[in-house]
Amino acid sequence: MTKEELITKLKAIVAPYIQDEEAFKNLSEDTDFVTDLKINSANLVDIILDIEDEFDIRLENEDMEKMLDVKSAMTIVNSKLGS
Amino acid sequence: MNVSEIIALLPYQKPFLFVDGIDTISDEGVTGHYNFKKDETFYEGHFKNNPITPGVILTECMAQIGLVCLGIYLLKDELKGQNPQIALTSNQIDFYLPVLPEEKVTVVSEKEVFRFNKLKCKVKLLNEKEELVARGIISGMLKA
Repeated sequence: MTKEELITKLKAIVAPYIQDEEAFKNLSEDTDFVTDLKINSANLVDIILDIEDEFDIRLENEDMEKMLDVKSAMTIVNSKLGS
Repeated sequence: MNVSEIIALLPYQKPFLFVDGIDTISDEGVTGHYNFKKDETFYEGHFKNNPITPGVILTECMAQIGLVCLGIYLLKDELKGQNPQIALTSNQIDFYLPVLPEEKVTVVSEKEVFRFNKLKCKVKLLNEKEELVARGIISGMLKA
């Protein structure tokens, strides 16, 4: 999967949970889920569960703690898909 | 963990405690009940001269039994006698029948997922005739 394909998939996953439309429109690798998109902690869990379903992977507590922005989500998804 | 220990750890009290008892509880779900008293404060205003239990209160009853009691049970090893930290984060409930003063309702909740401190349950509310009063999905964050 290319970087662009992965970002497109992640963007579709986070879309229902964002509160800041402007930050979402300009979503990039550096977009932070909490400070930029204003996603709350309950919805971060929803995103984790949706990522698991979309990519057929299993995420653990340590992944959850690291998954704070688009870049770290991409890194974690790629490492799980590669392993 | 027994039923009275669970109820003692609920962070509510009168006039906003809507749990009388728990009938069954396991890692997968909970069944509990509440009897709406004749003098609940909200009957004065909902509605004028026509007391009917508000949907938000039915939702609250479903959440207190279906989510918070179950959450306390699931967190039993971590709580160590402390109240849990809780926040309701979403609910989607459909209502089918009214509940009048002095009616007893039973809440049946099935765990859908409990991960990363988020508990999501499929919850039903039944009346004494075992008719479906309300059902839906309730989620909250719970931690020790």
